[in-house]
Amino acid sequence: MIPLSWYMSLAAILFAIGVCGFLTRRNLIMMFLSIELMLNAVNLNMVAISHYLESMRGQVFTFFIITVAAAEAAIGLGIAITLYRSRKTVHVDEVNQLKG
Amino acid sequence: MFTYLFFLYCAVMIVGTGLLAITMRNPVHAVLMVLILFFHMAGLYLILGAEFLAAVQIIVYAGAILVLYLFVLFLVSLRDEVKMDRFVTSAWLGRIISVGLAVSLIAMLPTFVLGQKGHWPMAAVIKATHTKALGMEMYTTYILPFEIAGLILLIAVIGGLVLAKHDTPTTIEKS
Repeated sequence: MIPLSWYMSLAAILFAIGVCGFLTRRNLIMMFLSIELMLNAVNLNMVAISHYLESMRGQVFTFFIITVAAAEAAIGLGIAITLYRSRKTVHVDEVNQLKG
Repeated sequence: MFTYLFFLYCAVMIVGTGLLAITMRNPVHAVLMVLILFFHMAGLYLILGAEFLAAVQIIVYAGAILVLYLFVLFLVSLRDEVKMDRFVTSAWLGRIISVGLAVSLIAMLPTFVLGQKGHWPMAAVIKATHTKALGMEMYTTYILPFEIAGLILLIAVIGGLVLAKHDTPTTIEKS
């Protein structure tokens, strides 16, 4: 039986990778992809804890997180397309119209 | 023993492909790296005894969401992307923050205490099959969140359509 802490360490590392991608990439679509990595890290944590708690609760919650991830991808990529149409760029540091 | 080896293989692949995905120059390659990551995540779900979630992971994440990402990547310009700088100017700050986050999260792990055990031990899940066990929980205890999830998906579909709609009143008049 693999210790629970191994799964949680892996999830923590994957979450940090997602945070790093979100904070460093310029491309908006790559930032959304990093959010998917973070959501996957949380999913892994949920399923692992649910397995070791002998409960279904975490897995049901993982199912809902997958739903929210799909919704987030649809809305976020729609925003990316709209941004590209009006500004001809998807780079977040070039979209600085609100800066005073 | 095999489970340990499989876990270590999946962990190494997940961390490696994750790091490659956030550093690769070409966004299409990054999306393909994330595809490999999702497959190994499904492998981890399998050794945790969650077959249905492993299937959903491959069908929904790898099959639907990543294809959506690829479509949008091809809609926006890709040619200049491989020549430009792919990180923001203050990328080192983000790297420091994420390394600090990883270290602090892992340092906090020993204080984690597992809560009260639930009603679904592994033997009961195997006896009822995982899909049935998940369905029994979802359609009884969690029926209201399930309905709300359906509503969220509907709103997301409508919102995505409205956002991506092209406003061309002239072409409509011509036709």
